[in-house]
Amino acid sequence: MENKLQNKIANKQKSKPNSMLFKSPPHIIGRYVIVGTKETEGPFKEYFKHSIIEKEFIKLTYEKAECKILEEAIFNAIHNSNLTLSDIDVLLSGDLLNQITSSSFAARKFDTSFVGLYGACSTMAESLAIGACLIDGGYFKRVACSTSSHFATAERQYRAPLELGTPRTPSSQWTVTATACSVLSNSGNGPIITSATFGKVTDFGISDANNMGAAMAPAALTTLVAHFLNTHTKPEDYDLIMTGDLGKLGSDIFVDLMEQEGYKLGQNYTDGGHIMFSINQKTNQGGSGCGCGASLLNSYVLDKIENGTYKKVLFIATGALLNSLTSQQGETIPCIAHSLVIEKGD
Amino acid sequence: MNIEDRNTKYNNYVARISPRTSLFSSIIKAFIVGGLICCIGQAISDLLMLIPDMTIELASSWTSISLIFLASLLTGLGIYEKIGKFAGAGSIVPITGFSNSITSPAIEFKQEGVILGMSAKMFVVAGPVLVNGITASVIIGIIYWLTIVL
Amino acid sequence: MLLTYLQVFLVGGLICGLSEILIVRTKLMPARILVILVVLGVILQGAGIYEPIYKFGKAGATVPLIGFGRALAKGAIEGVNQKGLIGAITGGLTATAAGITAAIVFAYIMAMIFNHHYKK
Repeated sequence: MENKLQNKIANKQKSKPNSMLFKSPPHIIGRYVIVGTKETEGPFKEYFKHSIIEKEFIKLTYEKAECKILEEAIFNAIHNSNLTLSDIDVLLSGDLLNQITSSSFAARKFDTSFVGLYGACSTMAESLAIGACLIDGGYFKRVACSTSSHFATAERQYRAPLELGTPRTPSSQWTVTATACSVLSNSGNGPIITSATFGKVTDFGISDANNMGAAMAPAALTTLVAHFLNTHTKPEDYDLIMTGDLGKLGSDIFVDLMEQEGYKLGQNYTDGGHIMFSINQKTNQGGSGCGCGASLLNSYVLDKIENGTYKKVLFIATGALLNSLTSQQGETIPCIAHSLVIEKGD
Repeated sequence: MNIEDRNTKYNNYVARISPRTSLFSSIIKAFIVGGLICCIGQAISDLLMLIPDMTIELASSWTSISLIFLASLLTGLGIYEKIGKFAGAGSIVPITGFSNSITSPAIEFKQEGVILGMSAKMFVVAGPVLVNGITASVIIGIIYWLTIVL
Repeated sequence: MLLTYLQVFLVGGLICGLSEILIVRTKLMPARILVILVVLGVILQGAGIYEPIYKFGKAGATVPLIGFGRALAKGAIEGVNQKGLIGAITGGLTATAAGITAAIVFAYIMAMIFNHHYKK
């Protein structure tokens, strides 16, 4: 196993997928997270300061509710950055819905350039990585990166009507209701994004749409291995390595796969989906969705970086790129993972 | 290792370590709930037969209607999905499950309007049962007709 | 009478229990299993095999979806007896008209009264 690694480094061949080391790392100067009720009843209740007030949303459709909380997250993140709406040069956002309507419809409220992204649950990392590129490349000064997911909208689109009485399989996960927005800037204080890796589509032949963790773990593997090789780092160099939403089973598989590649992930590794809910919330393998990793990153993780607990964090968000038709047509599930490194700025 | 071998190996590995529902406890739950629902049906039928001039066919129809009504109501109240999580096949297989599978998309897709949402999507789950059941009955009917005629 | 209910419970429970095995241990989705049950009911009733099961299990044999298949087949056969070939086409739906219509109408009513609720 060690020889394989050494050979790769010795050959100095750039390992695909491709990574970027930022020369002028952008700062995360503001952020905001809104979660649903179930998320506030889990282990991170003290970190999730804002949640949906059910009474306000009862008259809206699920889709309109998701759009509304995404708007609020973006608006408040900009406000928390001591900026006005017109200070933002471009908004990058994506979500799970067909035609990413939560993001595009929310973007109506913001008089700035909008770039819509689709990476399924990897969207937070995707938007932060692209945002970092735009700033590091000197094109823009301030970029807002956001994503959202909602339990009900995801169930309606991908699975079954909510009132249907069929049990969930043990390998399934619970789509998290959460929206998150980070504001990046070329100046100011705050944690910095120092590198990022754009993943490649990886498909190890899993076709069970109820076992997302197993489908996504190989994508996280290819991205993380490439990231380590391209940045000449190893697991021990990071205070925290966090995958977005592999879930308990998916993260166990991921740790196994990494070990087969010669990397031992220790106590500094965790998975957003696995830790999002407590066992008695009965979510089987844990949380999933764009908002899962995104909400934890923009609350718990960045809090810990700002107060000095974590100095260097590696965040990998994974996404499953299927739709309801592909499953019915017998297709397997291709997945993707994007990663980025966030460090405590000076 | 080529891609097919890698995928097969990975799928076998995942099948080995994925958690499985405990077969025994889920069969017991399905058995009990399914049996109970059938007993409720029998009780309704027996009560109806006490009515004078009631035939067994009529009682059977009214029993179906009653069970369908109950399941539909419980679906609207959000109770049937809780039974379903517990009972699995015990709540899916009886005719109450059929009713739940029609009422639940009706409630769910009302947001898209009565005509284009609710009405259009009402049979999104139960459709296959009707399509295949009716087709099979026509085939049986024709076969039976042929056995009479020939 | 208690014995009757025991029979009902046994037959109904058994059909559901066996279906549960299919759900848990095979990759078959519930929708496919329900179709198998209905078609099985049609075939068994058509072959005359289901009658003894019905006599023993009563509601335990009619309430599960396999009983729906039985009703469809029984209707088609009775239709042929009463009307000839046309009965093969009209019989199944006629026999199950009560159930299907009730399901549609009650679903309509419930959808009008109840709203979607946020799941916990």
